[in-house]
Amino acid sequence: MFLANGAGGGLFGLAPLIILFPVVGLFTNILFGRRRGERFVGLVASLAVALSFGVAVTQLIALLGQPEGARVIVADWIAIGSLSVPWAIQVDSLSVTMMLMVSGVSTLIHIYATGYMHADVRLQGDPARYTRFFVYFNLFVAAMMVLVTGDSFLTLFVGWEGVGLCSYLLIGFWYEKGAGGIGNAVAGKKAFITNRIGDFGFLVAMFLAYWAFGSLQFEEVFQRAEEMGPAGAGVLTAITLFLLLGATGKSAQIPLYVWLPDAMAGPTPVSALIHAATMVTAGIYMIARNHVLFGLAPASANVVALVGAATALWAASIAVGQYDIKKVLAYSTISQLGFMIAAAGLGAYVAAMFHLVTHAFFKALLFLSAGSVIQGVERGHHHAADHAPPSAGHAGEALDPNDMRQMGGLRNRMPKTFVVYVVGALALAGIPPLAGFFSKDEILAEAAHLQPAVYILLTSAAFLTAFYIGRQIWMVFFGEPRSEAAAHAQESPAVMTIPLMALALLAFFGGALNLPRVHSLGRWLAHTLGEVEAGEFRLEVAALSTALALLGIGLAWILYARRPLARGADDPLRRVLGPLFAGMERKWGVDEAYNFLFIQRYVDLSRWLGDVIEARFWHDWFHDSVLGRGYGAATRWLSEGFDLPVIDGAANGLASLTRAAADRLRIVQTGYVRTYALSLLIGVVAVLGYLLLR
Amino acid sequence: MSIPTEYVLALSAVLFSLGVIGVLVRRNALVVFMSVELMLNSANLAFIAFARAYQSLSGQVFVFFTITVAAAEVAVGLALIVAIFRSKHSIDVDQMSSLKG
Amino acid sequence: MSVDLILFFTLAAIAVITAVGMLASRNAVYSTLLLVLNFVTVAVLYLVLNAAFIAMVQVTVYAGAIMVLFLFVVMLLGSEQLPPSTRLRWQIPLAVVLGLLLLGEALYAVFSLRGSSLEAPEVAAAFGSPSSVGLFLFRSYLLPVEVASILLLVAMLGAIVLTRVERRKAK
Repeated sequence: MFLANGAGGGLFGLAPLIILFPVVGLFTNILFGRRRGERFVGLVASLAVALSFGVAVTQLIALLGQPEGARVIVADWIAIGSLSVPWAIQVDSLSVTMMLMVSGVSTLIHIYATGYMHADVRLQGDPARYTRFFVYFNLFVAAMMVLVTGDSFLTLFVGWEGVGLCSYLLIGFWYEKGAGGIGNAVAGKKAFITNRIGDFGFLVAMFLAYWAFGSLQFEEVFQRAEEMGPAGAGVLTAITLFLLLGATGKSAQIPLYVWLPDAMAGPTPVSALIHAATMVTAGIYMIARNHVLFGLAPASANVVALVGAATALWAASIAVGQYDIKKVLAYSTISQLGFMIAAAGLGAYVAAMFHLVTHAFFKALLFLSAGSVIQGVERGHHHAADHAPPSAGHAGEALDPNDMRQMGGLRNRMPKTFVVYVVGALALAGIPPLAGFFSKDEILAEAAHLQPAVYILLTSAAFLTAFYIGRQIWMVFFGEPRSEAAAHAQESPAVMTIPLMALALLAFFGGALNLPRVHSLGRWLAHTLGEVEAGEFRLEVAALSTALALLGIGLAWILYARRPLARGADDPLRRVLGPLFAGMERKWGVDEAYNFLFIQRYVDLSRWLGDVIEARFWHDWFHDSVLGRGYGAATRWLSEGFDLPVIDGAANGLASLTRAAADRLRIVQTGYVRTYALSLLIGVVAVLGYLLLR
Repeated sequence: MSIPTEYVLALSAVLFSLGVIGVLVRRNALVVFMSVELMLNSANLAFIAFARAYQSLSGQVFVFFTITVAAAEVAVGLALIVAIFRSKHSIDVDQMSSLKG
Repeated sequence: MSVDLILFFTLAAIAVITAVGMLASRNAVYSTLLLVLNFVTVAVLYLVLNAAFIAMVQVTVYAGAIMVLFLFVVMLLGSEQLPPSTRLRWQIPLAVVLGLLLLGEALYAVFSLRGSSLEAPEVAAAFGSPSSVGLFLFRSYLLPVEVASILLLVAMLGAIVLTRVERRKAK
């Protein structure tokens, strides 16, 4: 597939602006933000991303006229010997899909965040930090754009690292808060380090690709990989497996998913944008981009599918046992990402991308609504404290605003949030005709067709998905309020609810992107992804999944809504499942296992190295004994063995010699004049005699 | 007068030797000094002899100067001896051995 | 044997005897007087040797002034008999030996190494007269005369200073 070089139309030349606008936005906010106030900061940030969305639309228009895409070179970057990696933007259907989704959802989330952060910085007590948030947010969008528009592994990796950095910065946004005063910072560190392991995989894959194919640009690598054919099966398997490692890091799959639940420590817009809609999808995008390589290494593709499916089921089971409203959504995200990864592994890239887009809609919606719920409860908490009788202290009720067990009956207090939340929940559960149904169903259809094992795992995960999201709806919005805060909860302002409604519409109608038989997205992506199997619509699969979804929601109703939970009551599922529920609640002990197996062992190793090697061996023994004493002995030898006897001896000896000689010669100085005269006379006689007798 | 110059020179040598012996043997500083005068005198005699031999008055003029210098020397030397006597209370040259090493 | 030779040998003998006497005498005054006699003898010898002016200078300056000065100082200081010395006993024979050696060498030099014949020359009668010496002195040797006068001045000052410092110290 040879891409024309921007000859298709001047619109392609606008592509670099998609990165430039957020950069300009963030620098404007850095320079002028503090002085101009919150409204200015929020406006500039949202406008920058909105303009990016506009540029993405222009790229779409340009691409409609030239569906093969174009390659826009922005700058010469690396040119060393045979390695040439210019910074170029690849505008094709895949990247434009990502561009539109990222910029569009980002715009809505930015608008939401202006309202959310306004309340949040006051709740946390540092209004001055408002500007910093939007600087980081814009930086993230810029980095994500670099990621999705990169035409080479290296450019993609730059964006990859950039989003990782922004994720770290934003998770630890309230760095001085969290468990023990450092909890948020620790979560950010965990995300960064776990991602690093994935990045290591990505880097090794890059090195192997360069070593095997002599280039880092996608088009050249794909071409040479296809030419190499079966001979390159080994290196291709290696490359793709390392790419998978990178994807598991960024897209939170087994074994590197552990950072995503902890990342919920960041403010809710961060969770929505980065950890639901955009950054975590980078792994799936990357696999889709490298579809040629995965196609040539079917073994790796199988591994990818199995990893995705296993993760989907695993994460869904954990989500069932969580009480934190955001944690449930986090594990849900991991699970849904597993769906996408599995689809990509099966070769159903269109299904994967379709679900990626719809998931972005409804998961962002769910997160933002959860944020609305949390702030509503916080507002209710303050409201209740203000109006409480004087006898009840403000700290009388220890409130965790995220805890679902302390919510309840919020559908009456926060109606708008309730409605959009239900839309998002139904989309997630896969109830027709919402978007989630179509996208999830396509994946399930492909799985049933290609890999039954994967199909079984994914279907089980789908059932659990419906169950836990139903559980969440019944616990949060139905029944009676289980705390004063919930009883006095307040709806969020319009600046937050309007983006929610926009997302709800997208979640509702998003299925139109790729309706069965029509396959708009499929045909659109075919320009980039090659001939894709148009997944046929299988009624039995769709019916089974819908039935399971309804069953899940129904079961949840029985447990949580038929007899509403009382205040302070325990989760009824514990009685039903017993030890299984304990396992779900404790996330199956994965974090503890990692800590024991790897982290503590590493700490022990470094402590051993520090104590034994560094301190006792190196410092105490080597420095003190060997170097110290050795040097001391050497200097002592030099001084006592050499300097004193030889040099001092020579000098002193010379002096004593002189004194001895002087002592001997002193005898001549008798002091008697007569003797002196005598010596004179002797001399005269001798000289005269010599002269006369010569 | 036909006195051979050699005889005069021989006499001069004898007197000189006697003067040398006197310097080395006597302990009285004054006698030592006098021996030195004797030596000077013998040199004068030699000069005169040669003046007559070479018909040159330079020799006699030189004797003149020698006597002058001798006079000066004696003046200073005796002053020194007197000064030394004042501190040492002795004119024994062997007593003046402070420069003994 | 001419009269001159006899005269010469007589004078020579007296000179030598007085010199020896000066050396040998235990009494410093005797030594001084013997030396005076020596000088006078030598002065007479000068006369014989056609050095009349010098002879007179010898008698007046050397024997008359210098030796009188000596006599003064001897009278002042050194007429005591010095006790015989126990130190440097070995020096006396050695000195005598060396002196004789020196004498031997000198005589050898005088009698063996003759360049030109040194038979008694004929001299003019006015050779060595005051006028001739004076003329010669003040014509050819004027500068040395002046220098000699300065020398005498310095010597005089020196003698005064040397003896004066003692007096200050005594105070």
